[in-house]
Amino acid sequence: MTTQANDQLIRIDAVSRAFGEVVALDSVSIDIRENEFFALLGPSGCGKTTLLRVLAGFEEPDSGSVSLEGHDLLALPPHRRPINLMFQSYALFPHMSVEKNIAYGLEREGLSRTDVRTRVNEVLETVGLVDKARNRPAQLSGGQRQRVALARAIVKRPRLLLLDEPLSALDRKVRAEMQLELKRLQHEVGITFVVVTHDQEEAMSMADRIAVMADGRVQQIASPVDLYQRPANLFVADFIGTSNRFTGTASPEGVVVPGLGLLPGTPPADGAVGTVHLIVRPEDIRLVESDAWTISGTVLDTQFFGGSSTFAVEVPGLEHPVVLTCHGLPAARRGDAVRLAWDPAAAIVLAS
Amino acid sequence: MRNLGWLRLPLIVTLVFLYVPIVVLVIMSFNASKLPFVWGGFSLEWYGALFQNADIREGLTNTLLVAFGATFFATILGTLTAIGIARYFRSSLLEAFSLAPAILPDIVLGIGLLVFYTLVGIGLGLHSVLLAHVVFGMAFVAAVVTARLSQTDPSLEEASRDLGASAIVTFFRITLPSLAPAIIAGALLVFTLSLDEFVIAFFTDGPSTPTLPIVIYSMVRFGVTPDINALATLLMVVSFTVVIAAQRITKLTDAV
Repeated sequence: MTTQANDQLIRIDAVSRAFGEVVALDSVSIDIRENEFFALLGPSGCGKTTLLRVLAGFEEPDSGSVSLEGHDLLALPPHRRPINLMFQSYALFPHMSVEKNIAYGLEREGLSRTDVRTRVNEVLETVGLVDKARNRPAQLSGGQRQRVALARAIVKRPRLLLLDEPLSALDRKVRAEMQLELKRLQHEVGITFVVVTHDQEEAMSMADRIAVMADGRVQQIASPVDLYQRPANLFVADFIGTSNRFTGTASPEGVVVPGLGLLPGTPPADGAVGTVHLIVRPEDIRLVESDAWTISGTVLDTQFFGGSSTFAVEVPGLEHPVVLTCHGLPAARRGDAVRLAWDPAAAIVLAS
Repeated sequence: MRNLGWLRLPLIVTLVFLYVPIVVLVIMSFNASKLPFVWGGFSLEWYGALFQNADIREGLTNTLLVAFGATFFATILGTLTAIGIARYFRSSLLEAFSLAPAILPDIVLGIGLLVFYTLVGIGLGLHSVLLAHVVFGMAFVAAVVTARLSQTDPSLEEASRDLGASAIVTFFRITLPSLAPAIIAGALLVFTLSLDEFVIAFFTDGPSTPTLPIVIYSMVRFGVTPDINALATLLMVVSFTVVIAAQRITKLTDAV
């Protein structure tokens, strides 16, 4: 990706916010780039929603600054910010028709009636709800309501669109559809999206970059691939996808685990000492006949998912079974003795 | 309907006690005979007599003045109270205080207001009845509107701000319309309550401006006359109409 410094849209700098004893945001700094699909990902209570509300203007930080294209954003009340929020509950006005809901924001800008109508019709077409223009929100399905909420926000052509758990109210099937739809829309309308979600799959499948948050702090900001392949810490490694963790003592070639010897891996650039963890993704572990080194165990269980299979392998000396994934049919059966190996480049060493 | 056996008995007894007196009253209002319980043929005589009775006309005027006035003020104040408590001063004590006049026995409110008026030197008359009716009417409106507020999504107002509306525009375009069914229902409730309110009016009214219930009370002290039946029938029709209207409005705006 060729993003330069002048592409930057929003700069969140050392923003903190506490509610009594609870620290919702602890010196959070994030830069969001123009035209980016950005995700704030984290478990509930990690502060992601508070950050979203700070951006929208419904929450004031205790300290720190937020600027949009170099201008102070915090000085503006919510209704003067070139930012729109799609609420988790959608917050459609129940006493207005779909088109009135969408026109509401444009009318506030003082646009002429014909302009309002043109833009409402345009956006109704974009989200595919032309035939529902005169319906009330109560007459729509969940997916349709979501489209109305989205249309109502993007029709204002904001610099930044915030989406609070946009897909959580939808059932599984509609959710998958809307994920693609959101991504398509983002490309089509060319608005910077910031989506808040607790669902890592949702964030991974939609976002260009993700900020993983926990306990009010940013844990890592990276692309989905980087987050998965190079988690910055244990929290990110655990939160994103499944991983096998081996705890032992740091060594230049990997981690020395009591009873298993040296397990090869890539130490962090700044080195690691003392007790460290080796993280290996299930799909990076192979079943091997013999190799320079292996760890041996017994297959506890296999699961076949059609395209892939998963094994749980019990390794003497380890508390948890090692999980690995391979393509196609399972290559071993329960009770088989197997040998496991991985490419040292695919295994990451993380400090405690 | 399923056969409920003996369980039907209490239902039938209840319905009989509730509705037979009302039915008798309505029938008697059309009775040509002056004697109760003797049917002398159908007649609208008592309805005519009613409108020629100066006391009743005056009482009706007074009552309507109080009812409309109380409805107007109680609706505005009650709605603002409910919104204020829900949005700005979340205090269960304040909420309890604002709802108390609806629960307090009428006689307590009546005597209390009378003592208060004497204390601060407010004379008795229609204005003092109006004030008293605003006090309890407000509590009813606040109760109905509070219930509605707890069901409405608080992010509606934030959404309006987010879309570029100022706080004032948000109040008139979003907050009020989404509360409208409750506000209308509350207003109609206050109107019907004020229309036939006796105890509080009895304590807080001046002697020269009796409201309709007080006029009726002084008339029945000398026995129930057929024109009272006619009056009661009319009052009942008004109350029923208002209550049914309230329900229709609430349902209509809720449905779509």
